[in-house]
Amino acid sequence: MTTPNATVPAEGAQKPLQEHFDATIARDQRIEPRDWMPEGYRRTLVRQIAQHAHSEIIGMQPEGEWITRAPSLRRKAILFAKVQDEAGHGLYLYSAAETLGVDRADLTQRLIEGRQKYSSIFNYPTLSFADVGVIGWFVDGAAICNQVPLCRSSYGPYARAMVRICKEESFHQRQGYELLMTMMRGTEAQREMVQDAVDRWWWPSLMMFGPPDGDSPNSAASMAWKIKRHSNDELRRRFVDMTVPQADKLGVTLPDPELRWNPERGRHDFGTPDWSELQRVISGDGPCNSERMERRRSAHEEGAWVREAATAHAAKQAARAEEGAVA
Amino acid sequence: MSDEHVYLSLAEGHDDSDARWAFGTGFEDPLHGVDTAVPEGVDAAELAAHCLALGDDALVAAQRLAEWCTRAPELEEEVALANIGLDLLGQARLLYSRAGQVDGTGRDEDAYAYLRDPADFRNVRLAELPCGDFAFSMARLLVTSSWRLAVFERLARTAQDPVLAAIAAKGVNELTYHRQYAAEWTVRLGDGTEESHRRMRAGLEQTAPYLEELFTAAATCGADPAGVRHEVTAALRQVTEAAGLPAVEAEPLPGHGREGDRTEHLAPLLAELQGIARAHPGAVW
Repeated sequence: MTTPNATVPAEGAQKPLQEHFDATIARDQRIEPRDWMPEGYRRTLVRQIAQHAHSEIIGMQPEGEWITRAPSLRRKAILFAKVQDEAGHGLYLYSAAETLGVDRADLTQRLIEGRQKYSSIFNYPTLSFADVGVIGWFVDGAAICNQVPLCRSSYGPYARAMVRICKEESFHQRQGYELLMTMMRGTEAQREMVQDAVDRWWWPSLMMFGPPDGDSPNSAASMAWKIKRHSNDELRRRFVDMTVPQADKLGVTLPDPELRWNPERGRHDFGTPDWSELQRVISGDGPCNSERMERRRSAHEEGAWVREAATAHAAKQAARAEEGAVA
Repeated sequence: MSDEHVYLSLAEGHDDSDARWAFGTGFEDPLHGVDTAVPEGVDAAELAAHCLALGDDALVAAQRLAEWCTRAPELEEEVALANIGLDLLGQARLLYSRAGQVDGTGRDEDAYAYLRDPADFRNVRLAELPCGDFAFSMARLLVTSSWRLAVFERLARTAQDPVLAAIAAKGVNELTYHRQYAAEWTVRLGDGTEESHRRMRAGLEQTAPYLEELFTAAATCGADPAGVRHEVTAALRQVTEAAGLPAVEAEPLPGHGREGDRTEHLAPLLAELQGIARAHPGAVW
């Protein structure tokens, strides 16, 4: 690609750059870090990628709590590896954000100060080991519905990170579902644990797709820029259609009396999530918002001396190397 | 990539064949397909005791590393500590499986991990001490990975049981990385700032009373204890010198983890590890 580098062009000079950018988007080609891009596009991407990265990192907490308690060594290994993958996703995504001229330390600071958000789903508590399976099935399943189209996002580094992330998320979803299948073959108490977890996670999972299309403030621009490809409501419908037959096969009931197949529309009708609950959780009043933030903050603060030591050691090494070179 | 195609494949019915699930989720026995006959001349009871002891070291260490999850000082450390924990957990599973084959009870890996009481564990006591700060965790990892690497290198060459030798050989690659990781952090922290130097020194000092226990025949499980001591002492000296830290020395603690002597820290660790499994007898996970 031969687009000139983005410094800050004068008012008149911006027009051809904008036209080139628009044409690239229209042709479904990728924008790369060195290409000129409108400030709003850059800002939207930073916000979205950072929020996604933060979600991976905060999302380690609800499941990470169960690694030490996992009831078999095989489940312990699977869960440990999954939570590790989430840390890896956070790393790719922060790296993708860094191609837009921000840095990870600054984004982490913004998260800790509450200036950037993460997915509201992680503000719900995990109450039994069945939650680990249901999070894999619902939460990773919903994440995949959201993320598969992002593999075609117009911003190259983000799209490429998403390809890898989607493959791993898909694996996690299957592992979650397989855990539930196994538990359903177990004792009555285990089947009750699974149903209870399904009851608690279903509605929050539907809310992962964001507010209804009419109330989604950032959607229109993101769709026009091809950062985002499908509307919130459309993705939510896909998720429901995908999940209903899986629930039947598993032998659990999804907690929505309005849920039924609509043969005329060729898809499921379903009830309306409690949007006021989503608003509360997003604005900080969910069941676990303060715990999640507190854990992230304390890990960051307690690790400060380690990061400072690593920086000091690197500086000393560099100084010693220089002295050696001079001598 | 077609979105439709991806959604359809996600929505496919999940049949009962294990083929679509990934490696490791389909079979119960980690040693599946391996010739498990105990070779002539090998003392089965002793072999089982060695596998169990080395398995306990690994399980308890992995449990401590899991406690770091979401608490590490940096994301790269989050990934690395989980890696090391997973390696050790994998070693524990193989060793327990081998113990179950040779001790005559036919127990599986979970029976050893979940259904034994603290007094039945035979890990070295250094493994069960609480996580402490990052410096102590690195000090402990430096000591235990240097030691376990020295033991596994010897068992890979000399163990009469081919299964134990193979488990050790696989572990050598993993432990080489663990030692490298811990050594690098020991040097960074020893050299970094005044605070990190103080913490790293304190971390190493905390491990010192537990060192002597590692160099007995009971601890090295068939590997030559004198050779292990020599190698570990040299490795520790090399790293502490590079880090500008004093050598690790202290009066040894009386008793021995391999004989069932425990600190007060193992019981709560196992209560957490075993709680759910024990609360649901007859359950399948």
